[in-house]
Amino acid sequence: MCADSSEIKGLKRKDLLGILELEKEEIEFILDTAISFKEILERPIKVVPYLRGKTVAFLFFEPSTRTLNSFSLAARRLSCDSVSVSASSSSVLKGETLLDTAKNLEAMKLNFVVVRHSSPGASHILAKNLTSSVINAGDGSHEHPTQALLDLLTIKEHFGKFEGLKVLIVGDIEHSRVARSDIWGMKKLGMDVSVCGPPTLIPRDIEKMGVRVYYNLKEAIENKDIIYVLRIQKERQKRGLFPSTREYINLYSITEEVLEKHAKRDVVIMHPGPVNRGIEIAPSVADGTRSLILPQVTNGVAIRMACFYLLPGGEGREEGRVKREEG
Amino acid sequence: MDREYKNARVLMAGEKLREILEKLTKEIYEKNKDEDRLLIVGIKRRGEILAKRIAKSLGTKINVAFGSIDITLYRDDLTSIDKKPIVRKTEIPFNIDDQNLLLVDDVLFTGRTVRSALTELVDFGRPKRVQLAVFIDREERELPICPDFVGKSLKVGKKEMVEVRLHEIDEEECVLIVPR
Repeated sequence: MCADSSEIKGLKRKDLLGILELEKEEIEFILDTAISFKEILERPIKVVPYLRGKTVAFLFFEPSTRTLNSFSLAARRLSCDSVSVSASSSSVLKGETLLDTAKNLEAMKLNFVVVRHSSPGASHILAKNLTSSVINAGDGSHEHPTQALLDLLTIKEHFGKFEGLKVLIVGDIEHSRVARSDIWGMKKLGMDVSVCGPPTLIPRDIEKMGVRVYYNLKEAIENKDIIYVLRIQKERQKRGLFPSTREYINLYSITEEVLEKHAKRDVVIMHPGPVNRGIEIAPSVADGTRSLILPQVTNGVAIRMACFYLLPGGEGREEGRVKREEG
Repeated sequence: MDREYKNARVLMAGEKLREILEKLTKEIYEKNKDEDRLLIVGIKRRGEILAKRIAKSLGTKINVAFGSIDITLYRDDLTSIDKKPIVRKTEIPFNIDDQNLLLVDDVLFTGRTVRSALTELVDFGRPKRVQLAVFIDREERELPICPDFVGKSLKVGKKEMVEVRLHEIDEEECVLIVPR
């Protein structure tokens, strides 16, 4: 094999903190890499030796099933060891700060830190202070970059392109890190992005992100290729930003009936999970033929494998050039 | 001609390259004509192209299947490199258990690529036999790896690289010797 210099690329960064900071080419490179990694998930033995002897720490200070398991599986598929810290069972309860927890873990020789935290920017603080590669697995309502990447991969696989695709994101945009990361990613790749939801859940300056705003769902879904349904986040709704769940369902729930009447025939439905069945989406739609929800989950593992592969993983950034290997 | 390398020497080009590949293919045929099936797996990227050509020409005479393998994640030098080689898709669309398999690469040098490929293959099953065909054998092995079929053997300095360029991806068809 000749490893041409043109075949050797890297992300130009130590950490993956958000989609906003990524260049379009970097996003495309991550997606292409993830497509290669998907094949590993189909093998009889679903593990490659690439990260043998490396370690990742999962710092999850907010609940998660899908994201944590997806990251954890991605690490294992690459032979990476892992340790896990959750807020409820660690010294966080004794008052240790996020940074202290992370620095102590790093003192145990880590390569990657995957962090989920309720404060926007938590992963940035870690990234600045640690030599390991930090991956943001969700920081408050700010960003959730690997979710956006897996969404983009799912779109790429289904449509074979991004340019000109029309997507509608429905629901609680205000509190959604998924929406923010997705909008940035989709815009960078040339998609036409609209949002729809109750006025109280649409951020005031959202048009500045280059999206169109609708308040009427029926009008909004016309001509869209993708309807991306967000979860109604009960845990972030303490202020009562919509009158009642029933009213939300009446106005914004994605049902067969609404789709039949107003959507394109070949529209696809996406959702980041976990699904509140019968609230933001009808069970028959979530499980229906238009749904890409499960492919999204599969792609999540491949995307996270690609991220572990492409980030330097605490090896430092020595300018060790790649030798042109033959052999 | 390739403008990347100013001091490249052309070892062979065009017709000569096809001739050698034909001879290589014939030897593979002679050794495998009595087998039920031959699975031909090329090592990405140029081994894959050669494997595809071999599979195409053998396919008229014997039962063959074609696959390809990307060994990046099995390399033994990855921790020492900063930037990451592009990972391409491994495609083995058949069960390799108890099968007669031929691994194909463009240049055999240290043997490390073949070692990686063998390790990766084991994750797909347990072939009955694995043979190795290479277009160029440039000697200077660092591992105990030995080819079954060789297009052309070469003795070149350690400081030189051998590059096989194929029109499917290189827009030219030749073997170059390039100073490192």
